[in-house]
Amino acid sequence: MTGILDQLWRIGRMLARPKQTRAYPEVKPDLPPRSRARIVLTRDPDGQERCVACNLCAAVCPPSCIEVVKAETEDGRWYPETFRINFARCIFCGFCEEACPTAAIQLTPDFELADYARDSLLYDKQHLLIAGTGKRPGYRYWAVAGKAIAGKASGQGLNESPPVDLKDLTP
Amino acid sequence: MSVKLTLNGREITVEDGRDLLSVALEAGVDVPHFCWHGALGSVGACRKCAVKVGDKVEMACMTPASEGMVVETEDPEAARFRAQVTEWLMLNHPHDCAVCEEGGACHLQDMVVATGHHKRRATGPKRTHRNQDLGPLLTHEMNRCIGCWRCLRFYRDHAGGRDFDAFGAHDRLWFGRHEDGPLDSPFAGNLAEVCPTGVFADKAWSKVYARPWDMTATPAICTHCSVGCNLTLNERSGTLRRVQNRYHGAINGFFLCDRGRWGPWSADAPTRLTGPSTLPDLTGAIGLGSPRASLESNWALRRRVGADHFFAGITDSEAALTARMASLLKAHPTASIADIAAADAILVLGEDLTATAPRAALALRQAARGAERDLACQKGVALWLDQAVRVAGEGRRSPIALVTPLPHALDDVATWPLRRPPHAIAAFARLIAAALRGAATDPEAAAIAQALAAAKAPLIVSGASLGLAGPVEAAAEIATALGPKARLALFPPEAGSFGLSLLGPVGGLEAAVARLDRSPGAVIVLENDLFHRADPALVEQVFEKATSVIVLDHLATETTAAATLAIPVAAPAEAAGTWINHEGRAQRSFGFRPPRPEAPAAWRLLAGEETDLDALLTCLTGDLPALAPIALAAGPATPRAHPRQSGRTAQDRAGRVPEGQPRTDPDSPLNWSMEGARAADPALATWTDRPGLHSVSAAYAAQQWIGGPLKGGDPGVSLREAAPDAGPMTDPAPGDGLIGLPLHSPFAAHEADTASPPLAARTPGPRVALHPDDAARLGLAEGARLLIDGRPAPAPLTLDAAISPGHIGLTGLRAVRAVKVKAAP
Repeated sequence: MTGILDQLWRIGRMLARPKQTRAYPEVKPDLPPRSRARIVLTRDPDGQERCVACNLCAAVCPPSCIEVVKAETEDGRWYPETFRINFARCIFCGFCEEACPTAAIQLTPDFELADYARDSLLYDKQHLLIAGTGKRPGYRYWAVAGKAIAGKASGQGLNESPPVDLKDLTP
Repeated sequence: MSVKLTLNGREITVEDGRDLLSVALEAGVDVPHFCWHGALGSVGACRKCAVKVGDKVEMACMTPASEGMVVETEDPEAARFRAQVTEWLMLNHPHDCAVCEEGGACHLQDMVVATGHHKRRATGPKRTHRNQDLGPLLTHEMNRCIGCWRCLRFYRDHAGGRDFDAFGAHDRLWFGRHEDGPLDSPFAGNLAEVCPTGVFADKAWSKVYARPWDMTATPAICTHCSVGCNLTLNERSGTLRRVQNRYHGAINGFFLCDRGRWGPWSADAPTRLTGPSTLPDLTGAIGLGSPRASLESNWALRRRVGADHFFAGITDSEAALTARMASLLKAHPTASIADIAAADAILVLGEDLTATAPRAALALRQAARGAERDLACQKGVALWLDQAVRVAGEGRRSPIALVTPLPHALDDVATWPLRRPPHAIAAFARLIAAALRGAATDPEAAAIAQALAAAKAPLIVSGASLGLAGPVEAAAEIATALGPKARLALFPPEAGSFGLSLLGPVGGLEAAVARLDRSPGAVIVLENDLFHRADPALVEQVFEKATSVIVLDHLATETTAAATLAIPVAAPAEAAGTWINHEGRAQRSFGFRPPRPEAPAAWRLLAGEETDLDALLTCLTGDLPALAPIALAAGPATPRAHPRQSGRTAQDRAGRVPEGQPRTDPDSPLNWSMEGARAADPALATWTDRPGLHSVSAAYAAQQWIGGPLKGGDPGVSLREAAPDAGPMTDPAPGDGLIGLPLHSPFAAHEADTASPPLAARTPGPRVALHPDDAARLGLAEGARLLIDGRPAPAPLTLDAAISPGHIGLTGLRAVRAVKVKAAP
């Protein structure tokens, strides 16, 4: 008897509480910026592609759903000729974002990826690349990398001394 | 003598006179190391291999293993020392791994991870360097250098290169050339593997780059000369991405030549032949085998056309010479590349070794150091202390005689760099043989004979680079005079030459023409640009007399252009096959991509579409029981894909989600997927890396002892005894007029080399060279355009005093013969 009353009391108490259920999809959830869903490729502050096709995201990806093919521009930058994510397989673990040395690949809170055709869950570079810097404003990998590219000769990177003069005999 | 020592609490017994690092690595203890290399010895440049010996921290690579030593590799003091060394090695190393070809299979990365360093504490600026353009084969990124000196030790000390050096002082140390330009040495490509960081990388790989774990690995045999070095071919998405050395204790060891490293790129050359691949009716046709084709392909052609319709697509004299060299295999002990490096007196008769068998030339250069090592040993210097051996050895060189018509790249290590015109080489060699039998001869021949007789392991080298039988017969004569201690190394012209000879006595193109005279019919040419193999006038006779000419090849060549029908077949790198090297060792090569119907292996096309390699080999060994050892039993399923392969669920899925069947290989137990277990048989070795050791610098782990045979035995079976007998040969008189002298290049031996884009960019152009006196006599000036035998010469005339008078040096000439030279109108 007391058990039944206790249950009635516990349930009845909820009638006065505010509702937690959202009328999704009419009302969109307000997700924090670090929630992990649709993946994007961001750009440097100067608008250049950040991804250098180093393949670390692909290597760390547990379901192996990222394919990257490296190419090189005339000015010496590496970039992905192909960057393809199979969202039918992606588990949104965020390892790719953690592994990325250039802050190119980032997860966004946009989780609405469902589709009727599995083909449309294959996102290629044109679907992934966005215009901005995403969560890492100001970071330019090429400024800290030691490899020379057009416009940044050896020794012109951040925290680099000018190239060594080989004929210098000073101690 | 052996000593007992305690390594990490385990008592081990090792040979006396070894260094502690090699001993520990062989015992399975992965001591971090950096400047040490299995083939280059110890120099103690990096201080990375610190271990605790008793109560002191010592460098394992510089410490001799001695009786009663107590060695702890994981002692906290030693580990702290190593961590500090790593930190200072990384002080100036750029934040480059993401854009570095080496990343992921980098010895520096492995060693940094092994010592636990992960963050640069120093805040000062990093020193930087200027880079050079090192030509079409290698990149140069000096910022990544950590100063281990391996590149210089390989390039100058091991390979004898001269155009590469260390510049600058202390932390400004810089390695490179005096000016931009390709590295001269034909072994420069090894820098990409020797360098433990990303300073030097394979440029061809970089252009079509894929991380090492994203490529499949296929064990293959180099088909670009008769040495048969072992390669690993890396593929991704059906295209070749990289060629790497695959260690073989008796052949290539740790190093390849550039021709072998970039030769297989002809498989993806822009000049690949395309078209329908169906054979027409071949009844009554004459088959022309090829020294560039595998044993299986030649045999399949022979079976298809019948043994009496089968000829070799080379001249009669070359076919006879190759058969004679093959028959000499069983008469004398042969020399593998490792045997060449171990010889203590060497006589080279006529062979331009650096061009015709480059890897053998590199071994010969090591053999030259034997006397230096002996002297250092007498003085009590341990052999692994490489620099100390060089000083203590006082520059002594083992006796080496080079009797060649032209200046030789090995002249700097030769005691007797002798120049003789091609037809005088055999006569000079007979003087040596006579001296060995006690006759009085000229003083040089007597001195060489004395050195050979005094040696414990003398070696006589000759081959087909002049196309003359004289030097080969003389080499055999000297080997006979020296007795069983002497080894004989005879290099046939191409990788498939001995395979062709093992099929039985066979005539060449002259015999084929005679046959066509008797009964005209169709001619089928197997993987051969006949215009490169014989005098064009002779080849044209074949074309004139044949009712039709069908060519099977993977490249568009002069021969396919002239043919009635050109049928595309697989390149050697993409088909399984057996290759027999200069010592009679048969080795199995596998194709780096699945068989493609548009370019089937020549043997498959000839034997029927449903045939696989095992079925073909069953028929082959039934037909030729002497070759039975080549039909090895298939091994267990072995993966070619790396366990860390990425992108497996995204690759090739654009527009088609249903996942395809994994690709299969009917001709080997190798899968293109990850399925299977790593093979214990080194002939099937695909990936050799393991967690913690991902780079080629860890190749030592697969060796029984460092620099020794592979665990499981070096691949290959000997077919020395299988060669048919062939009697001694004599050369015909050279004829009147100028005598053509073949000029060989280490970067290009035949049309498949020049089809490879990286090699084509590196190969010096053809040459036509004449002695200035001859040119003056004929009224020809430098740069003159010539007609050779009525055809335009491949290049303008250069004058070169090194060419013996009465001779004309010609690129592309296959054998010494008289040629008619006149100025082009």
